[in-house]
Amino acid sequence: MTTASVATAPAPRRRLVDRLPVVRQVRQSVGLQRGMLVAGLVMVGVFLLTAALAPLLAPYGYAQRRDDAGSFGTQQPPSPEHLLGTTVGGYDVLSRVIWGTQTAVLVIVLAVLLSIFIGVALGLYAGYFGGWLDRVLVVVADAIYAFPSLLLAIVMSIVISGGQSSLLGGVLAAAISIMVVFIPQYFRVIRAETVRIKSEAYVESAKVLGASNRRIVFKHVLRNATRTLPLIITLNSSEAILTLAALGFLGFGIEPTAAAEWGYDLFKAQSDVTSGIWWTALFPGLAIVFTVLGITLVGESLNDLADPRLRGRRRVAQAAGEVAETSVVPGGTLVAGPGGLGGLEDGETFDEHGIEVKR
Amino acid sequence: MSTVVDIRNLGVSFSTDAGAVKAVDDVSLSVERGEVVAIVGESGSGKTVTAKTILGLLPETATTNGAVVLSNRAGTAEHDVVTLSGAQLRAIRGTDVAMVFQEPSTALNPVYTVGWQIMEGLRAHGKVSKAEARSKAIEILGKVGIPEPEERVDHFPHQFSGGQKQRIVIAMALVLEPGLIVADEPTTALDVTVQAEILDLLRRVRDEFGTAIVLITHNMGVVADLADRVVVMYQGRVVEEASARELFAAPQDDYTKRLLAAVPYVGHGVAKAAERAAARPEGWATGTPVVEARGLEIEYPGRLGRAGFRAVDGVDLAIRPGEVLGLVGESGSGKTTIGRAIAGLTKVTGGSLKVLGHEMNGIRERQFRPSRSRIGFVFQDPASSFNPLLTIAECVAEPLVIHERAVDARDARPRVNELLEAVQLPAAYGDRYPHELSGGQRQRASLARAIALEPELLIADEPTSALDVSVQARVLELFAELQREFGFASLFISHDLAVVDLLADRIAVLYRGRLVEEGTGAEVLGSPKDPYTQRLLASLPVPDPVAQAERRAELHRLDEVAR
Repeated sequence: MTTASVATAPAPRRRLVDRLPVVRQVRQSVGLQRGMLVAGLVMVGVFLLTAALAPLLAPYGYAQRRDDAGSFGTQQPPSPEHLLGTTVGGYDVLSRVIWGTQTAVLVIVLAVLLSIFIGVALGLYAGYFGGWLDRVLVVVADAIYAFPSLLLAIVMSIVISGGQSSLLGGVLAAAISIMVVFIPQYFRVIRAETVRIKSEAYVESAKVLGASNRRIVFKHVLRNATRTLPLIITLNSSEAILTLAALGFLGFGIEPTAAAEWGYDLFKAQSDVTSGIWWTALFPGLAIVFTVLGITLVGESLNDLADPRLRGRRRVAQAAGEVAETSVVPGGTLVAGPGGLGGLEDGETFDEHGIEVKR
Repeated sequence: MSTVVDIRNLGVSFSTDAGAVKAVDDVSLSVERGEVVAIVGESGSGKTVTAKTILGLLPETATTNGAVVLSNRAGTAEHDVVTLSGAQLRAIRGTDVAMVFQEPSTALNPVYTVGWQIMEGLRAHGKVSKAEARSKAIEILGKVGIPEPEERVDHFPHQFSGGQKQRIVIAMALVLEPGLIVADEPTTALDVTVQAEILDLLRRVRDEFGTAIVLITHNMGVVADLADRVVVMYQGRVVEEASARELFAAPQDDYTKRLLAAVPYVGHGVAKAAERAAARPEGWATGTPVVEARGLEIEYPGRLGRAGFRAVDGVDLAIRPGEVLGLVGESGSGKTTIGRAIAGLTKVTGGSLKVLGHEMNGIRERQFRPSRSRIGFVFQDPASSFNPLLTIAECVAEPLVIHERAVDARDARPRVNELLEAVQLPAAYGDRYPHELSGGQRQRASLARAIALEPELLIADEPTSALDVSVQARVLELFAELQREFGFASLFISHDLAVVDLLADRIAVLYRGRLVEEGTGAEVLGSPKDPYTQRLLASLPVPDPVAQAERRAELHRLDEVAR
């Protein structure tokens, strides 16, 4: 009888380039969105490259105050020896800015690694199994949302290292405080996705087939729940940097001898600004702005591109294109028809729609 | 002149991620005053896009050429909708042309009263005092058949039933007395009995208000019931245009012929069922049933402090080996719940339900899991019943891997290829992802997965309601073939009597959680005893304008009797 439904040309497999996460978005974006994404990617690339090549790029060490020619001197204006001048402590500003990228990368990696696994695991468990643990976790997550993360970071830094600290202590203080705030974000996003996916027909179909909970959670739910993670990771990364900088600025940062840290340099440059010494504050500040802006641009662009309604497209020429061969999406879906158990079951009412990635 | 809208050489293209896609290609059609023109076609045929162009409702990604000349009710002014600006479009929407949407529950804003929403249109088009607008809203509500309009005008959408909501949406469209109403699948989301009422209302709109209606639908029964003229669209083009009577009596185009042949009629399956019944061995009727329900009750827990909702209330039924039981009912009748309970997805709260020898009332998942290999399940929506990240072969291999008939998906591949062949899909389709298949193909793959373990019982929950008519016919045929070949017992759930009739040995009719009638197809459809079944049967529009006119008279007679 109907042959129309059978005959479709085999769809070409997408090339590898088109399936890589960020590359795919760059290729599908147009206009301003592409500009934002590429600008963000370039900034992040510069940031990462600087961190990797810091030993080669930086003219001096981060804790270096003197070289063969003698002491650097404090608060020296920019000169051929010290391109961006020196700080009140007698360090080279350019070197500290460059070495600071390494500390920032370390904080990002630690904070995201520490929070993502715990957050995703808790979210999967709470979303899929529900029950009292789910309720308790949701309440705890809400409570943490209400808690200012900076205050938490200060407490953490005092607990871990008594305020002033080494590289690891300072970075850990920032990372752990950020982790405590980030876990609820991953938790809620994954939980909301899990609750949604749990009622999808393919999960029910796996249940009917007799699949174990373990198999369902890992094979069917987890893999489908992770699509928003890249976005949250980028936004959290910029937040991690800001928290570290804020800690340093408030005087809970890392000792200059242990690591270079932009926030600490800003803190020390406070009094310089009023006396016309602009170079000690400007460049660490610019480094923070540059990094955070780059990461945020990437995150925002990914967010826009992930949503078909926000995604920009090139306009097509009049009456261009081919008429689609066969119907793919069924038109007469019975939305209000049977199977409408959603309305009957004790469904979840909150945060099922989309994600909330701000604090 | 009496043409309300004249579409000339319309072409619409969309820019998508995959490049330009042409949705409508060189379409010309016109609608006369007081005429119902139905645009029919499969999904993706461009019928909705064509209709939305009339209101200038296309999204930004669309590029249009050609002309859509719309005249106002009096015929004094003409506009080419394609070239109008946003402000000019707003001026003609509502006054010259209005729209009735598919889903009444989402077309109404839940936080405003229905009266407010009707008045909003009035106030947007000219200075009307509040009292005047209100009296007009009340008047129009009365005209579309809402009882006690003076009081109900202040009610919120959730206080109305689905059918009443659709009446209100129609009232909103009518209130400015436009010359043309575009109705996009106005009855698809409604039950058959409610659909009949809405179709009556639309007919009255045409006769009493003299409004022309562009009706978009894929349901040929609805077309036969309401349309004066039919435009058949396929792949963005108009393939045939004729009066409704002519089209159904003597279709010209090949596609139209195929489309009409694919529509199931009530009464076609009775002979087949009788044949199957005659071929059964003796003593079959007294054998142990695969599924046996006695006084089955299923209740969904209510929210704190509220009583639960009883979805199934004292149902007795049995499915014997190799038998297809068709379960029919409207939405909310509990038919899906029964199917889910048999599959162990929903808890049984009272009575007894025996599935493959297990008592489901109070059973634990662990005890039931081994028996799951003996049950297959086909879901309603083929779009969501496959994990989008797994290939079709991996999805079909799932049951084999879970029940340890194969180590992994690759090991199961030879068997998967056999299964795909059994459902008439090329083995190469196994390497595709679900979104690369059409709805009908996906539903066939879904059947392949359900029969992978050669189950004794197959539960099919509305397997074809999300499919186009032509595709539906193919899937139903395949289902019947597989059933013959594998001989599984089956619970076939559907809201469409004609579909159930094609396949079922026996038919059970559910109404509000109770079983009102059960018997062979000949008994239930030939001489229904229960008044609800009679109404259900009479409400079902048949794809034949002449016969449908008679059925309509029969339905009105039934309604008279009920009163």
